[in-house]
Amino acid sequence: MFTVNAPVKDLIELDHKIFLQKIFCPEIASIIQPGQFLMVKVSNSYYPLLRRPFSVCDVEGGHIYLMFNILGEGTKLLASKKTGEPVDILGPLGNGFSYEGDYDTAVIVGGGLGAAPFPFLIKRLADKKEVMAFIGGRSIHDVITYGMKNLLTSTDDGTSGFKGNVVELLKHKISDLKKSKIKIFGCGPTVMLRALKEFSLENDFDCEVSTECAMACGFGICQGCPIESTNHKDKYLLVCKDGPIFNIKDVEL
Amino acid sequence: MNKVDLSVSIGSLQLRNPIMLASGTVGYGNEIAEFVDLNAIGAIVTKSLSLKPRKGNPPQRIVETPAGMLNSIGLSNVGVEEFIKSKIPFLQKYDVPIVCNIAASTVDEYAECVNLLTNENAIKAFEINVSCPNVKDGGLQFGNDVAAVGKVTAKVRTATNKPIIIKLSPNVSYIANFAKVVKQEGGDAVSAINTLVGTSFNIFTRKPKIFSVTGGLSGPAIKPVALAKVLEIKRNIEIPIIGIGGIMNWQDVVEFMIAGASAVQIGTLNFINPSAAKEILSSLEDFCIKQNLNKLSELTGSFLI
Repeated sequence: MFTVNAPVKDLIELDHKIFLQKIFCPEIASIIQPGQFLMVKVSNSYYPLLRRPFSVCDVEGGHIYLMFNILGEGTKLLASKKTGEPVDILGPLGNGFSYEGDYDTAVIVGGGLGAAPFPFLIKRLADKKEVMAFIGGRSIHDVITYGMKNLLTSTDDGTSGFKGNVVELLKHKISDLKKSKIKIFGCGPTVMLRALKEFSLENDFDCEVSTECAMACGFGICQGCPIESTNHKDKYLLVCKDGPIFNIKDVEL
Repeated sequence: MNKVDLSVSIGSLQLRNPIMLASGTVGYGNEIAEFVDLNAIGAIVTKSLSLKPRKGNPPQRIVETPAGMLNSIGLSNVGVEEFIKSKIPFLQKYDVPIVCNIAASTVDEYAECVNLLTNENAIKAFEINVSCPNVKDGGLQFGNDVAAVGKVTAKVRTATNKPIIIKLSPNVSYIANFAKVVKQEGGDAVSAINTLVGTSFNIFTRKPKIFSVTGGLSGPAIKPVALAKVLEIKRNIEIPIIGIGGIMNWQDVVEFMIAGASAVQIGTLNFINPSAAKEILSSLEDFCIKQNLNKLSELTGSFLI
């Protein structure tokens, strides 16, 4: 965990206002693990004041990629950075996915921008595990295909793939899922994670999810990002330090 | 040897320099120690401790606002017993004065907490939080009531010989009255200011953005308010003041000292730049050299009005 100023190299527009910012940051690229995140300060001004959390979407040599859509002042500034301009990065933060272990197929489940941490994970899984990816969104423009492998999609409006949500798609494909020993990796809106929890528990699938919460620091000092633990009701876990990756059984969503 | 004397005193509490790390922005020191050499800073103020552990408020606890942030953590903390058992041993490894921040729901509970902690050698002073805006059963009621602040100060005074600092609420009409009662009842210093009560709504759902509806505003947005409160105390009451509120750089530190602060606390800035304390200290030294100041503490209350 350290701070570093790193120059942006390229802004890639994926589809419909979803961007990848490519940043040259060998210090982070060489040590970060899939599922870990960074706190990024996009300007020296007092607005936005705080750093923003970003999961690392992909790593390529000394470069890291951040995936985002333009929602507020911070992401607008991030998208407007010119080549060579620095961003101030704090990281790597959080625990990362436990992607090694006793299973054969990694089942990736992402909703909307929840797909962000998976291209890096899929890259690390190459040659080790089979991958099946299930990515959902409201419509075809919200479905992220970048870096995916063996991809099936779902959309609420039926403009891409299965018509319905991504967990309904999983249910639809349950017989395929039961052909090998799987581990599910999920990330997306809370409603999706809740449905994924029910689905995983019903079928006794091992499942890890990436969670998010508004936070100020990213490393435990602000105490701003509590998440309810299933096992210990007397205290919260922190998304930033205890997570952001949790076994889906261990947290209340 | 430093060319400049950065040391300051807050009553009987001697600090090697005026940069303290504010309560609730550095936990119990272990995370921030990866960024700042704790041996180099003036003092560290612990996360508010209560007699029993507190779970704190549900999410959302944090929302950013223009040049600031609202927080409503709800005094989540490990409790006095666990603090003594597992947190003090870590902090003791450093040569840094620990100021223990105490939160409680009753006058007696404040004294009980202090009583349990006062024999810990590593603890050099107590900062009494009479002004947390984020808990239902304490905090602000004390902070808004001159008589209650007087009672808390007097009671805590009976529980310790170590310096007592009362952290004052800015959510009052005349803060000097509170500093006055602290002095009368045997308090050694005041910290000014705690956060300002604020809120923020989601315009689409029409719901407050934070769970507890209101939270405490901190960050550079509150600096002018904090400076005015420090000045008000300085001009009316003779008591050491620790200035807090939106400090973002060394210039802000100098400004607080000119307005009357003997020392300062860095808060929200720690979230953004956890090495800030270190950077500020080296710049302060340069400033003193350029200004031909032999002692940084000469700045305190040096305003020309």
